[in-house]
Amino acid sequence: MEKKINVGYYIEKAINVLEESLSGVWSGIDTGISWAVENMNDLLLSVPFLVMIIIITALSYYAKAGKKLFKKEGLKNAGGFTIFVILGLLLIYGMGYWNEAIQTTTLVIVSAIIALIIGIPVGILTARNSTADAIIRPILDFMQTMPAFVYLIPAIFFFSVGNTPGVFATVIFSLPPSVRLTSLGIKNVQADVIEAGHAFGANARQILFKIQLPLAMPTILAGVNQVILLALSMVVIASMVGARGLGSVVYQSIQQNNIAMGFESGLGIVVLAIILDRITQSFANRK
Amino acid sequence: MSEQREVKIRVEDLTLIFGKRKKEALELLEKGVSKDEILEKTKCTVGVNKANFNVYKGEIFVIMGLSGSGKSTLIRCLNRLNEPTAGKVYFQDYDITRESDKELLHTRRTEMSMVFQKFGLLPHKTILDNAAFGLEIRKEPREEREKKAMKALETVGLKGYEDQYPAEMSGGMQQRVGLARALANDTDVLLMDEAFSALDPLIKTDMQNELLEIQNKVHKTIVFITHDLDEAIKVGDRIAIMKDGIVDQIGTAEEILTDPATDYVEAFVEKVDRKTIITAETLMFEKFTLVQYKKDGPQGAIRKMRKAGVDILPVEDENLKFLGYVRLPDLLKLEETKEKTVEKALQTDVPSIYKSYTVEEMLPLITGHWYPLAVVDEESGKLIGLITQTSLIIEATKFGGKEVDEVKKIANDL
Repeated sequence: MEKKINVGYYIEKAINVLEESLSGVWSGIDTGISWAVENMNDLLLSVPFLVMIIIITALSYYAKAGKKLFKKEGLKNAGGFTIFVILGLLLIYGMGYWNEAIQTTTLVIVSAIIALIIGIPVGILTARNSTADAIIRPILDFMQTMPAFVYLIPAIFFFSVGNTPGVFATVIFSLPPSVRLTSLGIKNVQADVIEAGHAFGANARQILFKIQLPLAMPTILAGVNQVILLALSMVVIASMVGARGLGSVVYQSIQQNNIAMGFESGLGIVVLAIILDRITQSFANRK
Repeated sequence: MSEQREVKIRVEDLTLIFGKRKKEALELLEKGVSKDEILEKTKCTVGVNKANFNVYKGEIFVIMGLSGSGKSTLIRCLNRLNEPTAGKVYFQDYDITRESDKELLHTRRTEMSMVFQKFGLLPHKTILDNAAFGLEIRKEPREEREKKAMKALETVGLKGYEDQYPAEMSGGMQQRVGLARALANDTDVLLMDEAFSALDPLIKTDMQNELLEIQNKVHKTIVFITHDLDEAIKVGDRIAIMKDGIVDQIGTAEEILTDPATDYVEAFVEKVDRKTIITAETLMFEKFTLVQYKKDGPQGAIRKMRKAGVDILPVEDENLKFLGYVRLPDLLKLEETKEKTVEKALQTDVPSIYKSYTVEEMLPLITGHWYPLAVVDEESGKLIGLITQTSLIIEATKFGGKEVDEVKKIANDL
């Protein structure tokens, strides 16, 4: 069929213009992200495996047990998960993918932090300003429904191959839930509490920081959880543009048709996903 | 008397219209177009329609009305949680409606605090921090605000609960926290929006009593919103009755009950148990004839009775103090024996009351005798009015006069 509306042509043009005119910005972002990823990676890898496993186990136990750290109830709540964490991490180490797992974790953490730094303020903005909400909502829809692979193309264009385009695509893909859930959390704060704040003479800042954000926190943390899981799922795809970690092993095993390697690395991602999900979820559910 | 009292809040022609075409609606309202017609023409709702009233310093001023009467809208105009469309709210001669945002925040922080129907407590803060919330907003140092909040919690009887969270408390206790939060701010004015309406009846009564007790100590100026007439009568020094955004009548509970200004108010107050509200002051008649104990002998007393057309008269001494009654048959006997004074006919074992006595309190006093109730001044003992048994029973039972006579006759025959 004949192409009558050439949308792609104009988008390509626009991307070209962006690439050329903002080249300083792109290289700056590249430098920043590369620096963050490398340093974080080095830091995490500098910790010996056994120490790391103890730290993560302790964190998992604390996340689940909460304030009942040394009570029977705490052990009951957190015991099973803690055992899973120890066995899961030992499995990853035993399969020989520890370094890759750390690389993946690094990418997830860096991407999630960037996504949250952008997403939470934007979420606050959309909750308080209906015009901003009307503009940003369709953009979020676009970001979420556009197939994730598509982001990789301009990402390579701006940053060439490596970790940075991976992080860039991951941030775009995982950003929407933090905006949406922050906005939802703030909008759902009961009107009577806000009114009480106004009646006692709270200004807009005080309403936000003393009432809205604390009360929206569980919902915002649910957004954090979603961001982290989406980031993890995107990291595999990001390996197609040269991001390292477990995802690149999966990608490699597809190219080599290597069932063993594919399942091992995939299993590693599953273990990471469960640990990250449970830890962030229990922080979100905590009262 | 009320003219001499200090006015704390003065509301003048306060009008609030909801909707987009406020100006148009306001013009129509000025022309006297009805609320329904305005709604039809401009799609605007008149929330408050030219309310005028004064709230005096130290009183509990109740605004009463059913849901939709505009009472909650009105109280929110006082601290501009709702922006009035027209009219003025003076707070100690200072026009709140013209304040800038910054001044308004200051007024809300330091001049008036509010208690809400749904409590409006912060679930993530402890009871102590909730009580200190207004002070936190005012940016007082932590130590000081905790001290003040503790004191306020003590006042409302919540000492020992300061480390708990609102979710761990019952509705009544949560509202005590709401009250403590308002008291901790130590503002002159308290705005209470249906503060006790969400509570169980028993807890509600407790809280009303508690409020009155606290008010006795702190003497705030309180504007209290309720839809419950019994509550209005119990806590209110004066009551304003609202309907369809219009203040129908303002007065004390007794004024409203005895002299309802409109049919609506009358229908409203019909169901109220008047026995506990109507006092001796309303029922007594003041144009009575008195027998002077020293001056009038039996003959003088008999002459006074004939002139007044009665067979019983009250007697006072030379200090104007009420002594008792004399009856015609006794006086006639004294006249025969040529007694000089009415002393032997004087019945001193008769009930006397003060003008604050309610019908309920007076009823038990009329059994076993025919004397009217003597209303005397609390200090001087001077007789200021008489209440006939018939008028008291009519008030209590709402029977007609004839039926009462019958009832009394039957009772006396027994």
